[in-house]
Amino acid sequence: MVLGNYKTCVAARSTDKEILKGAQDGGIVTQLFAYALEEGIIDGAIVAGPSDEPWKPEPIVATTKAELLAARGTKYNLSPNMSLLKEATRSYGLDRIGIVGTPCQMQAVRKAQLYPIGMRDVPDKVALAIGIFCMENFPYQSIEALVEDHCNVKMESVTKMDIGKGKFWAYTERGAVAQIPLKVTHKYEQPGCHVCLDYVSNLADVSTGSVGTPDGWSTVFVRTKIGDDVWSKASAAGCFETKEIESGKTGLELVTKLATDKITKNQKTLEGRATFGVGKGLRNPYL
Amino acid sequence: MVEKITVGHVHMSGCTGCLVSFVDNYEGLFKILDNYADIVYALTLADVRHVPEMDVALVEGSVCLQDKASVEEIKETREKAKVVVALGGCAAYGNITRFCRGGQWNQPQMESFVPIGDLIDVDVYIPGCAPTPQQIRNVCIMAYLLLKGTDEQKELATAYLKPLMDLAARGSDAKRSSDACGCDLMYDVINQGLCMGCGSCAAACPVRAISMEYGKPQIERDLCIKCGACYAQCPRSFFNFDVINEFEGITELITGVME
Repeated sequence: MVLGNYKTCVAARSTDKEILKGAQDGGIVTQLFAYALEEGIIDGAIVAGPSDEPWKPEPIVATTKAELLAARGTKYNLSPNMSLLKEATRSYGLDRIGIVGTPCQMQAVRKAQLYPIGMRDVPDKVALAIGIFCMENFPYQSIEALVEDHCNVKMESVTKMDIGKGKFWAYTERGAVAQIPLKVTHKYEQPGCHVCLDYVSNLADVSTGSVGTPDGWSTVFVRTKIGDDVWSKASAAGCFETKEIESGKTGLELVTKLATDKITKNQKTLEGRATFGVGKGLRNPYL
Repeated sequence: MVEKITVGHVHMSGCTGCLVSFVDNYEGLFKILDNYADIVYALTLADVRHVPEMDVALVEGSVCLQDKASVEEIKETREKAKVVVALGGCAAYGNITRFCRGGQWNQPQMESFVPIGDLIDVDVYIPGCAPTPQQIRNVCIMAYLLLKGTDEQKELATAYLKPLMDLAARGSDAKRSSDACGCDLMYDVINQGLCMGCGSCAAACPVRAISMEYGKPQIERDLCIKCGACYAQCPRSFFNFDVINEFEGITELITGVME
């Protein structure tokens, strides 16, 4: 249940060397969008592209593989991809939209489809929603504080950020590796993440993340008919190298454990909010 | 032939944009009229002069307090309709009519406009300016399932409509009825520690009053017309897992009944 509904779960990585070079893990999102774009399954994809500040993502509508490649890798701060969902159908003229996002953004996509209150003509134009695993996200300024103050490296010299093995990592262009315990990062987290009850993007068509597979690979959940269709076609076309996901402590069991930990912790936060004041509480978004 | 529900469009002080949006379901509108609903009242579509008994009243526009006919009609609508739906921002929240100061020819004394919830109890809100064709369609289908469907369908329809009924209850609350603008995002989402920066509000805003700055909504409050779309679209205003988790099945259901 904590992992949501899914048809298949595999370990996978892209077979495209160019995609893998700048990918966070197995290059799943970039590869799947690149395939869908080429095959006309989508006309473009809303992704976290580069902006004029280092490591600050800017949501963009990517309509070429080059634009997808420029958006590879995890930025660990907020990219409001939903903000382009309607615009993608307007000034970009997309009829079939791809969108990548965190679990909360996948929730936003499905709410927009079922309750399109301000989303005229959008619901049937979402052609492929790819969700990523997410424990929590950070405001840009938090990432700045972690990288520059705690890791003591400049934002612009960082080539990759990563969270894994209980640490936050910053790799720089000249080969230095800075790491800090994940515990240090907790107070910098975005508060809105602490009421989130989804770790593995339960509502995506396909969701993916690093946890559960060896370095350079990604765990992939194929969830919906749409997701299954695209995934099987892309696999048949040779886009992915796949292997069975391990069931043990470093595999699916670990994904389940982290999902359970997140949900349990955040459910406690929600309960705490109900009695936050004296005879008064904070709002529960799920009631 | 399945039994249809009866629907009326009650026109208060609005621009008819909500009705146009309903009609913008194109062939879907014919499907709704053929199979699910009869329009029994609508100034522009049906030759009926007086508010009749009906299952669902879709009320567009706010009520002008100085217009006796409007005040009478909205009260009568409450008596005659089983379900009253505030269709669009004006009926639900006042929307741009909130900014009226009167002085317009040829009735310059007509200056006070209130959302219908200030005068009558409202059952369902469809916020937005204009409300979207797809949202109106979904409410129509769910209203049909609620009144004529199987027990299972009734359950789904009830669950689907609940958040829109909660918005109506909240909007009709005298203490809260002046809200419904970008301020709601500040008071009830960001100030409550619930915003996670997805950008739904910015996409939903019909006047582009919201931009995302460093991942959070930046609201140009002078541009805001108070339609209520941003707050209602926000996944942290309401999120009913029992309905939204079933998005695949419900989408298929809606597609199916519209075929």
